[in-house]
Amino acid sequence: MAQEQKQPRKSSEADEVVQTAPESDVAERKEALDSDIDDILDEIDDVLETNAEDFVKSFIQKGGE
Amino acid sequence: MSVRRVMGTEVEYGISVQGQPLANPMVASSQVVNAYASATVKARRARWDFEEESPLRDARGFDMSRQVADPSQLTDEDMGLANVILTNGARLYVDHAHPEYSTPEVTTPLDIVRWDKAGEQVMLDAQRRASLLPGGAPIALYKNNTDNKGASYGAHENYLMRRSTPFGDIVRHLTPFFVSRQVFCGAGRVGKGQDGRESGFQVSQRADFFEVEVGLETTLKRPIINTRDEPHADPEKYRRLHVIIGDANLSEVATYLKVGTTALVLAMIEDRFITTDLTVEGSVAALRAVSHDPGLKQTVTLTDGRKLSGIQLQLEYLDLARKYVEDRYGADADEQTVDVLARWESVLDRLERDPMLCARELDWVAKLKLLEQYRQRDGLEWDDAKLQLIDYQYSDIRPEKGLYHRLVAGGRIERLLDDRSIEDAMHDPPEDTRAYFRGRCLEKYADHVAAASWDSVIFDLPGRESLQRVPTIDPLRGSKAHVGELLDRCETAEALFTALTR
Repeated sequence: MAQEQKQPRKSSEADEVVQTAPESDVAERKEALDSDIDDILDEIDDVLETNAEDFVKSFIQKGGE
Repeated sequence: MSVRRVMGTEVEYGISVQGQPLANPMVASSQVVNAYASATVKARRARWDFEEESPLRDARGFDMSRQVADPSQLTDEDMGLANVILTNGARLYVDHAHPEYSTPEVTTPLDIVRWDKAGEQVMLDAQRRASLLPGGAPIALYKNNTDNKGASYGAHENYLMRRSTPFGDIVRHLTPFFVSRQVFCGAGRVGKGQDGRESGFQVSQRADFFEVEVGLETTLKRPIINTRDEPHADPEKYRRLHVIIGDANLSEVATYLKVGTTALVLAMIEDRFITTDLTVEGSVAALRAVSHDPGLKQTVTLTDGRKLSGIQLQLEYLDLARKYVEDRYGADADEQTVDVLARWESVLDRLERDPMLCARELDWVAKLKLLEQYRQRDGLEWDDAKLQLIDYQYSDIRPEKGLYHRLVAGGRIERLLDDRSIEDAMHDPPEDTRAYFRGRCLEKYADHVAAASWDSVIFDLPGRESLQRVPTIDPLRGSKAHVGELLDRCETAEALFTALTR
């Protein structure tokens, strides 16, 4: 994590807090986003037709209109 | 006018019989339509009245001869295929090898969404009933427009227009709009070329199937502007603009914007408000180029030399529409017109910054986002069958299987209407057009309605030898305000007919 690799700086502690807070926010947000993506893909994995290749081959339509 | 106009949509659904790729799609489509008709249409089944159909009438002022027409263009011959009129005023039938639903005539973009989505529910109900028939195999329906193997089927829009508007003006000002509106109403497609010979993602399902700029055909040499001229209304006063270039949308916002913005552009054309010429050089090639760049940076060249992206071209129309509405209505503009303008602007603005910002509203973006997530997680190339499957399955209309529906269930897609309102629209007609009269007649006097169509209801009345035709040539007459009280009062078809002809 970016936060842990951060070296203490010589500036004031207040600076440190200001610097790290947004980064940890970003990390949390990214984590939440990744797990959100995992959730939706897991859910869609469950409903996707099982044999993609067969399904795609057999999806044949006639023209219309 | 504003976004308000008499209009409707027609959608042909992709169909497959599970486990039977060689099943006859005409038979399967008939099973779907008949299963719904048998279960829901009361008593006698009214047939479609073909008297006023003229699919070979050309807006440019001539009729194509029946001898030179392709057999697929002769849509007015009753081929014995299933064809019913519903109590909501819609038509459910088999067109070529697909089940098709045409909405009743409505007057606002939001009502298009309502009765178009009601059509999906009708199809869902129909497919479930067909699957329950003895020996019936599970049938799946898809609200999409291509099999990525060379076949395309349509999602058409119809707009009633003033006859006095020169057709050339419509062609000039509408073509650049149609080349570019796909940036928000494309449904997204995995595959390029009519038969999908090239891998990759494109914005529109239909772009690769358009080959000419203007023409009468819909099944071959498809034109950006279709000239079919069957007004289903007084031909002296009106034409019906038959738009064949759109994709079938699942997203309510996409359908709403597609129809709302088009209605606004038509209003400007009728009122001769557009004075700038936005003509695009080589519009057929431009249509494809815009579709083939999901980054939306591709530019097209205008005849005045400017190079604009699809979004920039849309911004030109948006700017005109804002001025037009301000000029004609000012603060009195109706709510939906104001809303369409605001959403149009907001969507274009976000598409410009990052298309992914529209993943909750637009079909092609929602689909692309899902595909990119799969590509990232599973390391898939664009020619992977799984991505093609995701494209098809996005449009599966079953809520438990369709990926659009799974996204909605997960709260990832914005809705404009609730389920209840859409369910009601499966049965109830719109109240402000002749569809109200048609729908109520079918609901109340089913036993005595022999046939109906957009412009007539034909009664078979006890004690009368011939059928009695009630023309409904004016799309705005026969509304609840006109005939609601009369229909409430007349207990029998005979009483209604007597009152109408007195």
